[in-house]
Amino acid sequence: MAGGVFAESGADLELVGIQKRFPGFTAIEGMDLTIPAGSFFALLGPSGCGKTTTLRLVAGLEEATAGRILIGGKDVTDTKPYQRPVNTVFQSYALFPHMTIIENVAFGLRRRKIADATGKAHEALRLVELDHLAARRPQQLSGGQQQRVALARAIVNRPALLLLDEPLGALDLKLRRQMQLELKSIQEEVGLTFLHVTHDQEEAMTMADTVAVMNKGKIEQLGAPEVLYELPRTAFVANFLGQSNLFTGPVEGTTGDSISVNVEGNRIVVPKSRAQRHSGEVTVGARPEKLTLHVTEPKPEAGTNLLGPGRVIDVSFSGVSTQYIVAIPGLGSIVVFAQNMGVGPLVGEGTETWVSWKVEHGFGLEDEAPRQPRFSSDTDTASIALEKKRALMSELEEA
Amino acid sequence: MTLQEARALGTVMETPAPRPSRARFSLGRWLLPVYSALALIFLLVPIVYTFVFSFNDSLKSNISWRGFTLDKWTNVCAAQGVCEAFGNSILIGVIATLAATTLGTAIAIALVRYRFRFRTGVNLLLFLPMATPEVVLGAGLAAEFLGLGADMGLVTIILAHTMFCISFVVVTVKARVTSLDPALEEAGRDLYASPGQVFWRITFPLLLPGIVAAALLSFALSFDDFIITNFNSGTTDTFPKFIYVSAARGVPAEANVIASAVFILAIVLVLAQQISAAARRKRLAKVQ
Repeated sequence: MAGGVFAESGADLELVGIQKRFPGFTAIEGMDLTIPAGSFFALLGPSGCGKTTTLRLVAGLEEATAGRILIGGKDVTDTKPYQRPVNTVFQSYALFPHMTIIENVAFGLRRRKIADATGKAHEALRLVELDHLAARRPQQLSGGQQQRVALARAIVNRPALLLLDEPLGALDLKLRRQMQLELKSIQEEVGLTFLHVTHDQEEAMTMADTVAVMNKGKIEQLGAPEVLYELPRTAFVANFLGQSNLFTGPVEGTTGDSISVNVEGNRIVVPKSRAQRHSGEVTVGARPEKLTLHVTEPKPEAGTNLLGPGRVIDVSFSGVSTQYIVAIPGLGSIVVFAQNMGVGPLVGEGTETWVSWKVEHGFGLEDEAPRQPRFSSDTDTASIALEKKRALMSELEEA
Repeated sequence: MTLQEARALGTVMETPAPRPSRARFSLGRWLLPVYSALALIFLLVPIVYTFVFSFNDSLKSNISWRGFTLDKWTNVCAAQGVCEAFGNSILIGVIATLAATTLGTAIAIALVRYRFRFRTGVNLLLFLPMATPEVVLGAGLAAEFLGLGADMGLVTIILAHTMFCISFVVVTVKARVTSLDPALEEAGRDLYASPGQVFWRITFPLLLPGIVAAALLSFALSFDDFIITNFNSGTTDTFPKFIYVSAARGVPAEANVIASAVFILAIVLVLAQQISAAARRKRLAKVQ
């Protein structure tokens, strides 16, 4: 047992050089990560990027191939899951179907022989406003209610670290938004460290203080949501977290505080402070909502990038805003979001337009925009599982 | 005649009949109930016969009706050897069931949850006792016991029964383990339960319906078995063996009493289970 003494507040989580290999592939490669106590930290990435594996390593449900895991400064790498001051909210909730709600919530307290387990469990149920359903069984509750029970069952133990494995994945959109706010306020109320794994970028940005974007077993970029969004460092982050228009070309000139990039004869200026590289071939970009559409050619101004003319090839209206896709010869398709301040779309399909944005809104990446693959990569969870199964089968056949 | 009725009759009509005949219509209507009734009677005749003749005031053989009596029910153990054989059958059934259920459940969990060498081989071997003719199994085992110089008796019967019951337990429990979400056990580990606590508080209660089904099946198979028992029992009598042996000179009515009692007990258990399940469904529906 972990001694029965648990932190009343959250603890730091530290991952040092974590590596996890499964037969046939590497899920996580050399990961270093520190999550400060009391923060709401989100691991964001596509399926198969290793985020769930990271969570399972911290919970102790998987063993790391190399590296150390420290919770509150204490090395827990070699301890069993039931010895770690960590609790998990599972994606499938994993409520025990043969126990009532109150028995489910009190389960962890009873195992640790905490006094007044039932009273504390009721308290946790009151926190998620489900105390009136304490005598029911999990299968009699709706998905959202089960989710809240799973949360209560975890936080009632006051773990130093709470792990959330896509806990809102099975809920419908409206309920999900509501639960996001609720989770966030509960975290602030109890002051525990939350580690939240999700593939939903909006969810990660709304809830977390710090977001780490993961791709192919590595953390691509880590920071506050606003920073990640405004200044993505890699093409993956620029496209996974929202949308981006990316252009690649050689740097043709440098002034005191900016670089200018030649993209197929067009000049795009980016502030030096917002560019990762200042020479050679670089990829620069701008967010679609920072772009402005013009139907007549505007006068070139200093401090503004201007591209065009091009033609609008697609207009899609989505209530608050309209998305235009503008094809500019040599530059490909550019996405522009415009708020619907007036009535209806500004321009129709086929209109000749120019696109401009302020230099300070641009950013320069440290890597190149990948060519868009025709088919999605085969590194998602399902195909990894299949691969793993095949490898095991052949291994067993050899035996 | 509607299409459904035509199908029910099993007739394939080349051309649709312009005016359906009444005779065919009533045939379609009566065929199924009459057929079902005949099938049920066919099934029930031996059981009813056994039950009725348990009240026969028989002397030595219990073939012709000599008059009604309750003596055989009140003095079941009057016939020589019948109660001893019945007791043996129960004892063998209980021990073999306990052993087979324990071992089989462990095997089923291992086969589903873990990957190990010869896993496919073990799966295949488990099917063999179910696929092999009982005579072959019985004779083979008897040869082994003889070779080992073992005394044929209760112990050899229990070993033989445990052996063939394990396969059925594994198949039954495995289905249950497969449907058990591994996240539930992980949640248990995550909530500070030691491996033992995870098994007894989560895995075992969730597997229990499958384990109970497997145990009932084992007991029925063991209690019923004649062929394998006959090869490996020596002079020990079990209930099926007793009846087989006494059939030559007439089965005593006491055997009918025991058979009827077992049948009634089984029916009562099934009914009780059905009633309690219905009550639970009602209660669940009320809560919701």
